[in-house]
Amino acid sequence: MSELSYAVDTFYFLMSGVLVMWMAAGFTMLEAGMVRSKNAGEIVMKNFALYAIACLMYLGVGYQLMYGGGYFLGAENTSLEDNYYSGRSDFFFQVVFVATAMSIVSGAVAERMKLWSFLAFGVVMTAIIYPIQGSWSWGGGWLSELGFSDFAGSGIVHMCGAAAALAAVLQLGPRKGKYTKDGKPVAIQGSNLVLVGLGTWILWMGWFGFNGGSQLQLSGFDNANAVAQIFVNTNAAAVGGLLATMIVAKLLTGKTDLTLALNGALAGLVAITADPLSTSALAATLIGAVGGVIVYFSILGLDKLKIDDPVGAISVHGVVGVWGVLAVAVMGNAEFIPQLIGLAAIFAWTFVTSSVAIYAIKKTIGIRVPVKEEHEGSDMEELGLTAYPEFKMSAKI
Amino acid sequence: MKHITAIVKPFKLDEVREAVAECNVDGLTVTEVKGYGRQKGHTELYRGAEYVIDFLPKVKLELIVADDNVDCVVDAIIKTADTGKIGDGKIWVTNVEELVRIRTNERGEDAL
Repeated sequence: MSELSYAVDTFYFLMSGVLVMWMAAGFTMLEAGMVRSKNAGEIVMKNFALYAIACLMYLGVGYQLMYGGGYFLGAENTSLEDNYYSGRSDFFFQVVFVATAMSIVSGAVAERMKLWSFLAFGVVMTAIIYPIQGSWSWGGGWLSELGFSDFAGSGIVHMCGAAAALAAVLQLGPRKGKYTKDGKPVAIQGSNLVLVGLGTWILWMGWFGFNGGSQLQLSGFDNANAVAQIFVNTNAAAVGGLLATMIVAKLLTGKTDLTLALNGALAGLVAITADPLSTSALAATLIGAVGGVIVYFSILGLDKLKIDDPVGAISVHGVVGVWGVLAVAVMGNAEFIPQLIGLAAIFAWTFVTSSVAIYAIKKTIGIRVPVKEEHEGSDMEELGLTAYPEFKMSAKI
Repeated sequence: MKHITAIVKPFKLDEVREAVAECNVDGLTVTEVKGYGRQKGHTELYRGAEYVIDFLPKVKLELIVADDNVDCVVDAIIKTADTGKIGDGKIWVTNVEELVRIRTNERGEDAL
């Protein structure tokens, strides 16, 4: 180990972590744009708060449970020997992944979950639920011994977040007015699709840190080439996802649904996350495109099942996360059985523990905002403000 | 004097305005309105879920003209607002009992 490569890899790790941290901005913008304006401020607050809680809980407990990194962080490296990068940079990179998993929940429960109940769940999710299942694979546990392969976390981060989101959404129920009396889904339009666009670009950009950083090192001929391949494939998959969803929507409905197309780009990114390295750029494009097709039908399907997910998080991160993990086996870079066992284990653990935690919160402080608050918006009731005070609320004509 | 009211498609407003001006009309009032006609609005899709647009955006024009100018104005509006498709709108004409120019207190056709 040279001092130079140690410095380069530490720097690369930290900057990758910064890109993933920036995904919090992407989630915030995307979610704020997808909800109605009366809930936009609350969702901004929620995204900041969940980020802070994730960082604090992972520092205190989660990092120890997942990697044995010590409660409130153990000692920093004392020598270059056997160390590729600073131990602190490893923590920094890992902690922003937890925040990503929690952000996924935030979008799915938008517009109807109590702010502080959501944050209470965030404590359990980021301190225990996510780190325990993460320890099975990335922490060197039984799933990694089994041969489960999930490079940057299609299953470990994205599907895990979506499984928790599903548990919450099932107990919350749909937003008021989301379904007609005979069960038909009603369109509840987002307040600002321009922000959704910005949020999607930010997530797309942050994903280079998410996947690229997961190579863990940059220094040396092989690592540098690997990182470049990962950047190319990550980008290609998003392109494939976006175009596939656009084309499906245009063919089936005659209109190119904007927010579904942007979900398609994110689906492409989730799909390639389990292995952005070993495939060609063309194969990555196709893996992303399949993700884009899946997400289209998943979003419409969940909507019909009365699983109300305002931003499509369960479909983008969960259903496509499953595809991403299986795609590694489809491409011949992992066995099917360990991939399936890994998915089943992560889903079962996350869904069951999340369901229990949310049920406990439901029975104590409650999870659903009162009807009046849901009607008037969480901005006024939770924060005492409105996100857009200069705009008058328009009557529904 | 007659009061002409026309509901037209918003994108046709500029053409209508130019055509009406050829009839030597000095004033025109425009309001953005919403409404429905025989088609009762239409449905759109958002993330796969249908929603009904009950009221479509239209522009309402109002002019007051001399009796012998009515045909010119109505023809001008018909010629320019007609797209041949549903939702082109309507024109109606009513009598005006009195007209006053506020600044000068002129009355009747002098106030046109």
